[in-house]
Parts: sequence; structure tokens; C-alpha cells
Amino acid sequence: MDAESLLLSLELASGSGQGLSPDRRASLLTSLTLVKRDYRYDRVLFWGRILGLVADYYIAQGLSEDQLAPRKTLYSLNCMEWSLLPPATEEMVVQTSVVKGRFMGDPSHEYEHTELQKTSEGDKVFEEEVVVQIKEETRLVSVIDQIDKAVAVIPRGALFKTPFGPIHVNRTFEGLSLSEAKKLSSYFHFREPVELRNKTLLEKADLDPSLDFMDSLEHDIPKGSWSIQAERGNALVVLRSLLWPGLTFFHAPRTKNCGYIYVGTGEKNIDLPFML
Amino acid sequence: MGDPPPDPETPPHQPSSRRSSQASQRRSWELSQPQPTISEDGPEIPLDHPTNLQGWSPGAPLTPQENLMFQAEEGQLGGVEYPSLNMGFPSELQYQPYLEEGGIQATRNASLMLQQLQQGQGNLFQQLDSAYLDTQPGFLGQFNMYQGEDLQFHQGAPHGPYMRDDPALQYSPSELGFMPFSMEVPEPEPRELAVQNAKAYLLQTSVSCSLSLYEHLVNLLTKILNQRPEDPLSILESLNRTTQWEWFHPRLDTMRDDPEMESTYEMADRQKGLFLRSGAGAEGEQEMEEEVAETAVPNIMETAFYFEQAGVGLSSDESFRIFMALKQLVEQQPIHTCRFWGKILGLSRSYLVAEVEFREGEEEGEEEEMEEMMEGGEGLEAHGEEEGEEDEEKVTDIIPKPMWKAPPVIPKEESRSGTNKYLYFVCNEPGRPWTRLPHVTPVQIVQARKIKKYFTGYLDAPVISFPPFPGNEANYLRAQIARISAATHISPLGFYQFGEEEGDEEEEGGAGRDSYEENPDFEGIPVLELVDSMANWVHHTQHILPQGRCTWVNPLQKTEEEEELGEEEEKADEGMEEVEQEVGPPLLTPLSEDAEIMHMSPWTARLSCSLCPQYSVAVVRSNLWPGAYAYASGKKFENIYIGWGHKYSPENFNPPLPAPIQHEYPSSLDIMEISDPTVEEEQALKAAQEQALAATEEEEEDEEEDEDEDLED
Repeated sequence: MDAESLLLSLELASGSGQGLSPDRRASLLTSLTLVKRDYRYDRVLFWGRILGLVADYYIAQGLSEDQLAPRKTLYSLNCMEWSLLPPATEEMVVQTSVVKGRFMGDPSHEYEHTELQKTSEGDKVFEEEVVVQIKEETRLVSVIDQIDKAVAVIPRGALFKTPFGPIHVNRTFEGLSLSEAKKLSSYFHFREPVELRNKTLLEKADLDPSLDFMDSLEHDIPKGSWSIQAERGNALVVLRSLLWPGLTFFHAPRTKNCGYIYVGTGEKNIDLPFML
Repeated sequence: MGDPPPDPETPPHQPSSRRSSQASQRRSWELSQPQPTISEDGPEIPLDHPTNLQGWSPGAPLTPQENLMFQAEEGQLGGVEYPSLNMGFPSELQYQPYLEEGGIQATRNASLMLQQLQQGQGNLFQQLDSAYLDTQPGFLGQFNMYQGEDLQFHQGAPHGPYMRDDPALQYSPSELGFMPFSMEVPEPEPRELAVQNAKAYLLQTSVSCSLSLYEHLVNLLTKILNQRPEDPLSILESLNRTTQWEWFHPRLDTMRDDPEMESTYEMADRQKGLFLRSGAGAEGEQEMEEEVAETAVPNIMETAFYFEQAGVGLSSDESFRIFMALKQLVEQQPIHTCRFWGKILGLSRSYLVAEVEFREGEEEGEEEEMEEMMEGGEGLEAHGEEEGEEDEEKVTDIIPKPMWKAPPVIPKEESRSGTNKYLYFVCNEPGRPWTRLPHVTPVQIVQARKIKKYFTGYLDAPVISFPPFPGNEANYLRAQIARISAATHISPLGFYQFGEEEGDEEEEGGAGRDSYEENPDFEGIPVLELVDSMANWVHHTQHILPQGRCTWVNPLQKTEEEEELGEEEEKADEGMEEVEQEVGPPLLTPLSEDAEIMHMSPWTARLSCSLCPQYSVAVVRSNLWPGAYAYASGKKFENIYIGWGHKYSPENFNPPLPAPIQHEYPSSLDIMEISDPTVEEEQALKAAQEQALAATEEEEEDEEEDEDEDLED
């Protein structure tokens, strides 16, 4: 959610039950402004909160002019002092996929994972048990990246693509209409498109290249991994991800207000197919 | 289509002023650019054109002035080379000097052509208007400004080369005497033909709708000129899209209702009902007094405030609406105590759950009705089976009776005790009617532990799972609520204490005490201590045994019904199983005794605000049931659950495998089951038989040989 409309966005996203306490809100309002100034970001988003056992991580992201360019992620433990996280790499994701369980809340905590590695000495092949240390910071980076790639949402029409390449915020976005707001096809993944190229020419013919340049949520696997609800009698549409429980996307139809926030334990819900 | 036409009187003044000093006019025209709206300038001017230009002789009485015009115009041309929309204004200016210079010599022709090229067909259309009075002056007048479109078209038009060679272009076609009242229709020049073609092309309606590009551009530019947004170029595409959309979605009449907003308004109406008081007028005061006295509705706003400190809970206006909805519930039902239990999220809708206790003596008539219905249903089913069996028995074959016996049904707990201590009401949104959830049975709890399903939001939805859940979503919801309550309802140590009437624990068969009361001497535990140690918190709900109940019941105990069925079968069973009594932790055990999840404490305790510990509240979060929170501050405490309603498990969910196939027939003398011999066995048997046969043949042969030998001898 945009740091500029933080209070309103928190209010609208409160249907999931998790929000921020007043002191955190006040700290965020101050510190995010400072972050924007210091790092010279175009837009700062408050991404959410990852609940750890000892402490919680508060995550913010900074965007440059091009909305789909890789974002800078910052984390903080007290909503005041922000530290920049390194960008996520594939290696990190693979490495941290073996770590299970909750986040500790201490960025320097190291998870130990024993692996069997084969080492060859001459003709013989030994299997050794190697203990690999994985830092919690790495895990944090990869989890945030995975969540962003999987479930960050933006409504159709909120961004548009100029012929020169960069993607801008659409200042004339007036919100989705009510009938559109209830369909999953009006929401896109806020990331570089993956499925778009695989569409047939017939499907592509109906798309508008300036608006439909991202994947829509319609074809997400498993089907039904999004819960779409209208609260307050259609005055607010809330999408909740079932794959990463804790991610809430809200949009007030016919207005510009939209945004998403993640408040959760940072664990994927692998049991989803059984639960639907 | 655009705006209502502006005052048509201003343009007529313009032509006359044109005849006055042109230089000043041009400057003033530039200055007056923002004021006149273009929409009607166009049609007016061309109409005046012929008369205007008649005043100009093809000669060059104003040559020096024309030169001035021309130079200034060139400068202007240079300055305004980009075919932007703002060219609308300069085009007007420019066509003026052009027409003034109708009598320019050939040397000016090139620059004229250049000017024409750069300006596109705005001027030409002006001439076209003067030449042919169109039926749609409005369109054409606005057509002046379409520099960009026209420019592109003009430059690509095949009629380009004609312009340079045509000597007639020294004079503007209008000067050549195209009068509105001319009798003959002059043959259109190639350029004008091209212009007409261009315009006809633009007026062509689009394939997908009945809108033509011409009309659309008219709308777009009118809209831009009316709204005057900043930096229109950067939002041009968006405006384009919006204009197109608006053409097909005209604003509704104020008298008509917007169909999309129907449900929103309906919901708002319903919630308005929450806020209105039921009594009115003179009764108002009486009600006030009654209400100021003890009411069963808890102080939701206070709870919401404390939970907000912890970062949990719904927004404050939502909490208030829940408060009003609970108040409505209290008025409708005979409720003794009431509490907001929490919110369970679902796929299509969510549930707001209220935990209530009915007043003493208010037996739930509904509950009994439901039980009777169920029993009646079962009786019918049994009857049906018996009939079926009888019919089949009439047939010669006797169908063997199934050997499978259903495990004994564990009776559910009585109301107001154990898992059914409280009654639960749910609703989807504040303002909607509250529905009561049925009591939970032990078998439902046992099955609920084995499955993990999302709630859809509809109480009558079936729960399709393996092992099959006995009931629909309302039952599953109730079972989960029971589990969550039993696991996560905690209070500070000392808030509740046991009553002193109970006898020894041993006499009750180890079931433990199941009632508690508030401790009037509770002093409150300092917040820091509450956060430090989990021993300062206790469970005040009974633990649910693996059986599904809070108090253990021996399922094999004879009840009156079972005795009637038959004693023989029971004797057989008794020998087989001995059920151990299940014991769980007693009531009011501290949290420090809770089992760990994978080396992780099942509870996390924090101060709500580390910046001001003096005024913080202690917040405890459950790691086992994500979404369960409790706060305590001074003498107050409260529990709440907001979440999906599932337990946290670090391992993946593994559904149980189906049961092994049962034996169809018992092995007895009549029917004996053995496996068929395999191919190898058969072959081995055959080989053995052949061997045996061969052996006997050999023996016979030997014997014969012996006999023969004997005979020979």
C-alpha cells in the first residue's frame, strides 16, 4: 500500500483482522517519508509485516519511476530504522527452500540444515553430512520475493505502458466498476508477465497493449486460490490469497483506493489443494 | 456532442475587425486565444468568408502589410511547427493571413504551399466550407483544429504533387467565386477532392461501434478544452479511452437508480436499521434508564481499543457495527451473557461469531426439535433397511448379514457443559440476521481433527472430505470453534478460581473440576510479568479429550437401549476391547505446560508498545492457532480469534489412507478362502506330477523288463 495513503489503506485492509497498532502507524508515517527522501524513491510502499517468534519484521519497498523495475526492499524491527535488503537471486530461493517453520525475528539468526553431499576421493564416493548455515536475512529476502512474484496484485488500469517502455501510474484511473471488481480477470499480478507470451493470438487480439501487459489472476494454479469478497455491501472488494495466507488486497470500486498488505508468518500454504 | 455552442455573436465581429489593421488584430487575436471557444468560430468565419474576401482584391493593395503578415506568419510557422492540439488557435490566425494574402504572387506560393502543408487541411477545409456549405457546420467548425490527424493524412495523400503545379492555387478557391448561391456546381479540384475523401474517411464509422473517428475527436477535444487539465499530452491516451467509454456509457438520468449500486444501498439500509432505536418518543427515556443498567452486551469498543494497541482487530467502525449487531441479538434472544468471539474468514463470505449463554431455564426449544427430527430420520432409515431385508429374505438365498459393526456412538455432551458450554450465533455481516449453530458432537470433533477445509461462507454447504465429515459447514464451523475455544481461551492466573463446593477430585473419577468462578480478590498481575512468563496465564476452558468430549465416557458402558438390542453380541465384544480412560490436563492449567511445536513455544507474548511500557498491555499470540490473541491489562482481559479457522502444523497435511478392504466371508467349513495357486506353483505341481508319472512308468517298465527277463530265462 502506498505510504501516502497509509491510514486509509490500513483502515480498508483491516477486514482480515491484522493491522498495526497506533504507535507503529505513527512511526511508519514519519519514517517512510524519511526513507523516500533519503533513498530518492519515487513511491514508497508499505509491504507488510512478517510475524516472528521473538520479533516482527516490518517491510517496505521503494519504487522508481518505472513501476515494474526491480524494487528495493527494506526491513525494520521497530518501524523507525530501516535497513536495505539485498536483491533476491535464484540461488537464495533454492537455498532457503529447505528451511521450514516460523521466522525467529532475529535477522542474524542462522538456520542449520544438514545435507548429504557427495564428495569423491579418487575412486570412492563418500557421502558426508554437511551442515549448511542459512541466515535468516536470506530467508527473509527470498520469502518476500516469492510472495511478490506469486501474489502481489494490482487492478487493471492502474498502470499503463507507454510506447517508450517504462510503466507509469495511471493518473486517470478511476477504479474498477462493480461488475468488473468482482471478476478475477480484472486483477493482475504486479510483476513481469510470465504467461502472457503463451496466449494464443486469438486471445491477444482482444487485449489492449497499453493496459493488459501483465498476467491476470484468472489462470492461477491451483484454481480457487483467491478468495474474493465484497465487504460493507459492495463498497469494498477484498481479495485474500489462500496460497500465502495473510496477503490481503483491497479495492474500493469506483474510487482510486487500492493496495495490498501482507501480514502473516511468511509460510506458504502447501496444503491448499486439500483445503479447497 | 460537445458543449452547447457559444455565443454566435462574437464571431461576426471578428470579420469586420479583420478589415481593420490586421497586425493589431492578429496580436489581439493571439491575446484573446483562451477566450473564444472554437466550436462556433469555425462555421461563422467561413460563412463570412466570401463576403470578407470579396473585400480583398486579387491585387495586392496590402502588399506591405501582407509582407509583414507573411514574415510574422513565417515566424509563427517556425514557432508552431509541432502539430499539437494547440494549433487550433494558430490555425485560425494562420488561415487568416493566408486568405488575406489571396493575391500573393507566385513567389509566395512556395511558402504558401509550405504553410498549407504544415497546417494541413485546416485552411482547405475552411475554403471547402465556404465553397460548399455543409449540412454539419458544427463538425466542420471544429475540424479546424485537427492538425495532427490532418497533417499526417495530408502528407501521405496522393494529391500532394498537384499542389505545386496548380497555378490556380495562387488564389484561394473562395476568391475564385465560389458563392453559396452559385448556380453551377464547380468541378472539385483534385486537392479538394482529396480533402473530401479524407473527410469522408474520417467520418467513416468504426467497425466495432457506430462511432466515427471524426465524432470521437470532436468529443475528445471538446472535453479537453472544457476541463483544461494540466499537461494534457501526457494523459492523452487515457483521455482518449475515457471519452470513448463515455460515449457508450452515458451518465444516467438522476431519476434512475444505478443498478450496480443496488446491493450497496441495500446493505446500508439494513445497517441503518441497526442504528435506529426500536422505541421512539416517550419511551425513549425509559429505555435509557433500562439500558444504563446492566446489559448483556459487552463493551466491544473497549475490547477493540485494547486489541488495536496490539495491532489486532477490525477497524473501529466495523467494531461499532458489530456492537450494534450484538445488541440486536441480545434483544431478540433470551441471553444472559454475551461475548464477541471473533471472526472466521471464508472464501465467499466471512462469519462473525458471538458466544452467548442463555438465561437459566431458557431451554433451547430448537435444539430439542432438531434432535427429534434426527432421531425420527434414523428410525425411518432403520425401518427401511428391515423392510429391504425382509423382501430379500423371501427370495431363496439368504444374504449374509454384514459383520461390520459401527463403533459405538459417543454421546454428545449436555448443553451448558464441556464443549457445549456456550451457544454460538453467527452472521455474515453486521445487519444480517444471526443464525444459531447446533451443538457439537464428539464424533464431529474427532473428524474435524482429521480434515482441513476452508469455509465457504454458507452454512449449509456440504463438507466434502475424506474421512467424510458427518455434517455440513455449520457443524464443521461449530467443531472448529469448539477446538479453538478449548485451546486458546486463556486468562491471567488468579482471575478465575475454583469454587469451593466441589468434593475431592478422585471421587469424580478423575474428570477434574469443570466449573470456575471469578475471583473477587483478583488484583491484576503487572504487565511485564505477564509477558515474561507463561505460567501467569491459564486456560479457562476444558481440554478436549481424544474422544471428542471434555469428560470421558466409556463407550462400552451398557445403556438401556443397548441392553434391549441383544446381549449375545455384547458379550462377544466385551472380551475384545478394553478402553482406557482418557485424561487431559485439568482446568486452569498454566500455559507453560502446553506442548511445544517443533521446539517452538506455542505462545508468543509481547508488550503492545515498547516505546511506552507504562501504559502497554500484554498481548499473547498463539502459534498453534494463528489468529488467536489475548490481551490483559490490570484487571481486564479478553480473548479474540480472527483468522481462517485452522490449526498450524509445521508438516504437510496428510490425509489418512482409506481403510483396508474387509473380509467378505468369515472362514468356516463351508466357505474357505485360499489364494489361487500361481502359475509357477501350478507348473511346479505339473512337473512334479509328470515326474511321479514318469517314475511309475519306469518302474513298470523295469518290472516288465524283469518279467520279460524272467520269461526269457
